[in-house]
Amino acid sequence: MRRLPPTLVRAALAVAIALPLAVAGTSPLLAWRGPVYIAGCFAGVIGLALLLVQPLLAAGALPGAEGRRGRRLHAWVGAGLVAAVVLHVGALWLTSPPDVIDALLLRSPTPFSVWGVAAMWAVFATGLLAAFRRRLTRRLGPGLWRRGHLLLGALIAAGVILHAMLIDGIMEGWTKAGLCALVAAAAARAILAGRRRRPAAGRGR
Amino acid sequence: MTRVPQTRRAVLAAAAAASALILGPRGLIAPARAQGLAPTETMRGGANNYRAGAPIRDRIGGGGFLMSGTVRRAGDGAPLEGVRIQIWAHTTEGRERDPESHGATLTDASGAFRMDMPQIVPAFGQPHAHLAYDADHDPNGFRTVFLRPVMSSRSDTSLSADFVLQPA
Repeated sequence: MRRLPPTLVRAALAVAIALPLAVAGTSPLLAWRGPVYIAGCFAGVIGLALLLVQPLLAAGALPGAEGRRGRRLHAWVGAGLVAAVVLHVGALWLTSPPDVIDALLLRSPTPFSVWGVAAMWAVFATGLLAAFRRRLTRRLGPGLWRRGHLLLGALIAAGVILHAMLIDGIMEGWTKAGLCALVAAAAARAILAGRRRRPAAGRGR
Repeated sequence: MTRVPQTRRAVLAAAAAASALILGPRGLIAPARAQGLAPTETMRGGANNYRAGAPIRDRIGGGGFLMSGTVRRAGDGAPLEGVRIQIWAHTTEGRERDPESHGATLTDASGAFRMDMPQIVPAFGQPHAHLAYDADHDPNGFRTVFLRPVMSSRSDTSLSADFVLQPA
């Protein structure tokens, strides 16, 4: 793939993340929400933004963060994603316990909840998979570990995009759709690249 | 191979049945068609943040948003007068669980109720209201029902929800 100038890539990423966040910061809904609820909302938006960075790091597509450095950053951003999910769900729980309990028990009336909950479990599973990567790759082989990680990544991206798009919340429609489209494109690219890049020691065909 | 059109037909039939179920009660104004009117089921999440026994109020807070609806009897569809309906929502003036966000009203002779309340704003992803017919706070003796209607747009300034109650 043709390489774009590093400054352009970094600037584009900064805009792709900062613009939806900034526009969400001007949402009229914020006036009618308390600080804990607002923190929960922004944890969700930040989680969506991290989901754009994550596949780009995995694919080594960010200038200055290729190879080992990119993988280290990928792990840190992954930990940040877990933290964002915990904050998001925790703050919403404090805001309205019955709504979050309904969502977690998959009996919520809102169609987006089930996608959010699926993505949440996939994020937690990915965190565990990453935390025990050495032990798991020794047991299962790197190919199976990678395929599991990619599958969970795909589930997270799809779940979060559906969750975000169906919500009438603090994100503005166009910037939300734009960020979701970028997340989808980045995830698809990383998954396709990851499927192609099978390690020799793996169980790939 | 023939399974595909059959499945599609089944889906269409299910959709038609579902829309008949949803649209049915609204069209039942003629008494003759009201025979066998099915009771309203409690909606998912309808009772969330309910604070039982809110006072009867002329309006909730400053008003400006109209919540309205009707209450009828299951079976014959007769309008029910003097039935207590409690209403609450996340509005420009408060959260669902705030006591000031809750208010109750009684239906008139035509079975209609109206509540002037602050503008409902989206909360937890949807602009929605909550309504309760609570058997414990009404002497008419019907079964408890909780509704959770959703506005088609956050800029709507009114919302309606209808109850069809069955004797407890």
